[in-house]
Amino acid sequence: MIALGLEGSANKIGVGVISHHANGKAASVLSNIRHTYVSPPGEGFLPKDVAKHHRIWVVTLVKEAMAVAGVTIADIGCICYTKGPGMGAPLQSVAVAARMLSLLWDKDLVGVNHCVGHIEMGREITGAHNPVVLYVSGGNTQVIAYAEQRYRIFGEALDIAVGNCLDRFARTLQISNDPAPGYNIEQLAKKGKVLLDLPYAVKGMDCSFAGILTTIDILAAELKANPEQRDPLSGELITTADLCFSLQETVYAMLVEITERAMAHVGSNQVLIVGGVGCNERLQEMMDLMARDRGGSVFATDERYCIDNGIMIAHAGLIAYEAGFKTPLEESTCTQRFRTDEVLVSWRD
Amino acid sequence: MTSILQYPLPLPPILAHPSSTAPLLITQGAEALLYKSTYLLPSLPCALKYRPRKPYRHPTLDTRLTKHRILSEARLLLKCRKEGVPVPSVYAVDEGQGWLMLEWIEGEVVRVRLNEWLRWRREKGTAEGEEEGELRGLMERIGEAVGMMHGVGVVHGDLTTSNLMLKSREHAEVNDHAEGGEENLLAGEVIIIDLGLASVSRFEEDRAVDLYVLERAFGSTHPRAEGLFEVVLEAYGKSFKGAPIVLKRLEDVRMRGRKRSMLG
Ligand SMILES: Nc1ncnc2c1ncn2[C@@H]1O[C@H](COP(=O)(O)OP(=O)(O)O)[C@@H](O)[C@H]1O
Ligand SMILES: [Mg+2]
Repeated sequence: MIALGLEGSANKIGVGVISHHANGKAASVLSNIRHTYVSPPGEGFLPKDVAKHHRIWVVTLVKEAMAVAGVTIADIGCICYTKGPGMGAPLQSVAVAARMLSLLWDKDLVGVNHCVGHIEMGREITGAHNPVVLYVSGGNTQVIAYAEQRYRIFGEALDIAVGNCLDRFARTLQISNDPAPGYNIEQLAKKGKVLLDLPYAVKGMDCSFAGILTTIDILAAELKANPEQRDPLSGELITTADLCFSLQETVYAMLVEITERAMAHVGSNQVLIVGGVGCNERLQEMMDLMARDRGGSVFATDERYCIDNGIMIAHAGLIAYEAGFKTPLEESTCTQRFRTDEVLVSWRD
Repeated sequence: MTSILQYPLPLPPILAHPSSTAPLLITQGAEALLYKSTYLLPSLPCALKYRPRKPYRHPTLDTRLTKHRILSEARLLLKCRKEGVPVPSVYAVDEGQGWLMLEWIEGEVVRVRLNEWLRWRREKGTAEGEEEGELRGLMERIGEAVGMMHGVGVVHGDLTTSNLMLKSREHAEVNDHAEGGEENLLAGEVIIIDLGLASVSRFEEDRAVDLYVLERAFGSTHPRAEGLFEVVLEAYGKSFKGAPIVLKRLEDVRMRGRKRSMLG
């Protein structure tokens, strides 16, 4: 069966076409395209602007995704869309598009939890069977493991999400948001050497990033006021790159630590990283070192699947659809808050 | 005896010395490697909790965290011990080398026993809500132990069923599980372990967060036992003077958890 998936919970709109095969063979990604709303340096994005962006692009992307996939309307089994969580206005604009297609083409609708989309796509692409999942993006930080028909949340950020912390620091530094603020911080961090003292806030399997952001913002302001500061240990001049380096080393160490805690707790040695921050190579490298010390391994995907995309919505939606789930038109709403553990995962043992 | 873990793991230098019996790697916890050793006396087994370097962490950060956690765990274990909270006693500590030597607790963590018990019941076909006396008893003992710890001014920081142990009764070595052995799975004294993230606090907020973490640990790890968590809270409520206010505060903490924004 073939499904079309539409994603637009944040500043990216993605459309993908997936095909599942009857004999349990790996799914085929027929197309997976997206368009990103990029805000100017120093600025975040407003929901209304993002929603407008999605409305402008959705029809073009659907046509292109169908053309690239080489499928016709008759081939499509169902239309999957992101029900939440995410930003209200952008979610709505994409849900409206999904409803329209469903009526126009007379296809069933399937509302998908964004996070479950990431997890199922990650499992499909990497072949990780039953991993502990670290879900890290601009809006979420969660450590998840599967048990008894649900993806259960073992740990999470208690205040802001890790991606949000990175994005906001990129704004403080006024660096480019293209292709993504976190990517540009990662590039800068590669040139950093001095580790500055930042709060390290791990609480069991939970963690918190707000205090770190406050501290690094203060350090950035001090550095701007006095660019001649030196590291007391090495005598080296402190740079913006050192700030990015320190931020990355600290927040990623926290993420790896809470993931390790969950792995010990559930007795798993596989870890899957999903979500936009999951593309970060330093995070992947650190996670790999940890997993290897536990006799296990890390599974990660590249930006095609890590960053929000339509194919994961198509894939997770189609799995649910094949298990008998669909979303009636009158229930095809979307919701800003939609916890990962609310979804009944009927398709797994 | 061979260790249960196959891949090479570093032996802490202290265990590299010759001793009467070889140290045995028992388990790899969330952060530490736990060895059973008779390093001190041939007749006295002890638990060596070793925090090896974490290669993923920047060395400066790693040294800072490891030192801090070992010292703080040793201090708070002593404090708890002195005031009668059920924790292992501390024999020796070397924060520079990254280890802590503790009283050996013969038993298993609550998570393991509880899962075994739940599985046994499922196989037997017992419905949820039936014949739960034993589980209630365990939940009560957990509530009391946590209340005692809070009562002396310590909050744990990582309260899960992996950090609570059930002590087997006197020299019961590996219990024979034949004939009704399962029925005693949840018996034994509750011992609180792993105080690496603990701190001294008498704020009801910190105490409530401890309870909230434990409650979520039940929800995610033992969903079938979650329904009885109220028994933990009931027993906790009676365990020390400030407990009822903490339970009130717990409601706010839960509310915040539910409201936590979940942007995609
Ligand atoms: N005193 C002890 N006696 C026997 N076993 C112990 C003792 N302390 C810990 N353990 C075992 O070792 C595991 C890890 O110890 P813990 O202190 O929780 O370290 P970590 O920080 O790595 O989780 C525990 O889950 C338990 O099974
Ligand atoms: Mg532990």
